[in-house]
Amino acid sequence: MLILGLLLATAISLGPYRLGPGDLLAFLMAKATGGASPLSAAAEAVILQIRLPRVLSATAVGAALAASGAAYQSLFRNPLVSPDILGVSAGAAFGAVIGIFLSLPVLAIEAASFAGGLTAVIIVYAIATAIRGRDAVLVLVLAGVVIGALFGAGVGLLKYLADPYNQLPAITFWLLGSLAAANLRDLTNLLPAVAIGLMLLALLRWRIDVMTLGEEEAAALGVNTRALRVAVIAGATLMTSAAVAASGIIGWVGLVVPHLARLVVGPAFARLLPVSVLFGAAYLLGVDTVARTIGNVELPLGVLTAALGTPVFLWLLAFSRRPAWS
Amino acid sequence: MVVSTPRLAVEDLSYGYPGHLVGHDISFRVGAGEVLCVLGRNGEGKSTLFKTILGLLAPRAGVVRVDGELTAGWSARRRALTFGYVPQSGGGAFPFTVAELVLMGRTAHRGPFSAPSGADRRVADEAIETLGIEHLAQREWLRISGGERQLALVARALAQETRILVLDEPTASLDFGNQVRVLDAVRSLAETHGLTVLLSTHHPEQAFACADRVAVLAGRELLRIGPPAEVITSETLRTCYAVEVAVLPVADDRYRVCVPRSYLS
Repeated sequence: MLILGLLLATAISLGPYRLGPGDLLAFLMAKATGGASPLSAAAEAVILQIRLPRVLSATAVGAALAASGAAYQSLFRNPLVSPDILGVSAGAAFGAVIGIFLSLPVLAIEAASFAGGLTAVIIVYAIATAIRGRDAVLVLVLAGVVIGALFGAGVGLLKYLADPYNQLPAITFWLLGSLAAANLRDLTNLLPAVAIGLMLLALLRWRIDVMTLGEEEAAALGVNTRALRVAVIAGATLMTSAAVAASGIIGWVGLVVPHLARLVVGPAFARLLPVSVLFGAAYLLGVDTVARTIGNVELPLGVLTAALGTPVFLWLLAFSRRPAWS
Repeated sequence: MVVSTPRLAVEDLSYGYPGHLVGHDISFRVGAGEVLCVLGRNGEGKSTLFKTILGLLAPRAGVVRVDGELTAGWSARRRALTFGYVPQSGGGAFPFTVAELVLMGRTAHRGPFSAPSGADRRVADEAIETLGIEHLAQREWLRISGGERQLALVARALAQETRILVLDEPTASLDFGNQVRVLDAVRSLAETHGLTVLLSTHHPEQAFACADRVAVLAGRELLRIGPPAEVITSETLRTCYAVEVAVLPVADDRYRVCVPRSYLS
């Protein structure tokens, strides 16, 4: 928590318009006491209009992706699934791109994103349940990849049809994953969705543990598995979709972060959820800060997380001390 | 004569999956504190029968009663407060500790949002003590042996504090020592806790060690049911497993061993 706070402060001060720690403290003091701010109007605008929405968005998106990844992993009983592998991100992206294509308002884009993500995860899960008698995890992952590709094709079609001067650059930039356009209004859509999703998962944390045992065993222990599955998928998909609507596709966070969190605190969701949230928030905040300060041109966030996530994932695949994954 | 209501009554039960009937018209009753051992060759549907009794599968026909009450339509929670279940290979693939896993046995005793209470933890700890696996409590699930896992799953079922315990081949793939330990544990639970126990096994001899009665499934029907000494005979075993077996008394007939005749010639 302390580290996250320090990261937040650092992230707010870094950028083309330099702000010292003293400036931030003075700003906070002034806000807390209601006194006059010693900072220039320009500095205040940078903090309130640009930096604060951006770092808060990064924190919320990181937390949301990591938390939903942790939930999917427990629910589908596999530490290798994540919002991107299950096709949720692609489905949510497809929904959001439709929204952008039709020039819908932000809230409608978010709703379309949620619908797309939910559709994807339901199709993937239906395929995985329908195809029996094979390695269930393999079917699940392959179904996710295939459905993700299908939604990806849908996104491609929309890009092809989009107005090349206005919509196409917006769609492309957004698909690469970026928080550059984060503003307070987006934040007011993102934060409630993430809060609702997190709350739901936190409330169900003990039941989610039981779900890792599998459908029959969980039912025999007294869990209403169907209702629980619906609740967890809805919560996790709501968060993922809100994150995708706010920032585009930012891969690997939902896979790698909960996995690392599990290595640190074990699989019990009561500990896994908060630690995933903290790790995810800190991770994406750090990566986003690097993305926007590393050079003169801002790097797309999704590109950076993929570049970092791929080797970590391969390392986990090769050297994880737990082979009994399936 | 007053006939008391049996703890568990299975009446004309047919079970299986859509388009595939595994067993039909099976009826039996098990009393409080009684241990019933179910025998049957591979694929005869012992697991399917148990899952149907537990309500994990819907019966194709027939009913299950507990203390006279129909179980059809019961919630998962109510079932879990009635039946403790030890699946063939349970426990999942996540590295929970044994203590955490046993605590999951308390799930049905609290609401969907509530954390385990101190009382829940005490019951789970007691179950772990009863099975004598305190030394495993903080060990990781994926790092203990098959026998240790089976004992932990029995502890979890015990922590459910149910009237009936259902164990699906609890001794399969265990070494000899662990087989004895699991069966002894089951036997003593039935005696000390008054639990009604249903267990399936591939070793007919085990019925002499732990069961009050034996049920033999063959040809999708209940072939025989009764005390081990009456049911486990050369004839039954021939019908059930299609091998010639001698059933020989040992230690003044306090126990019987089953020896394939081919070994004796």
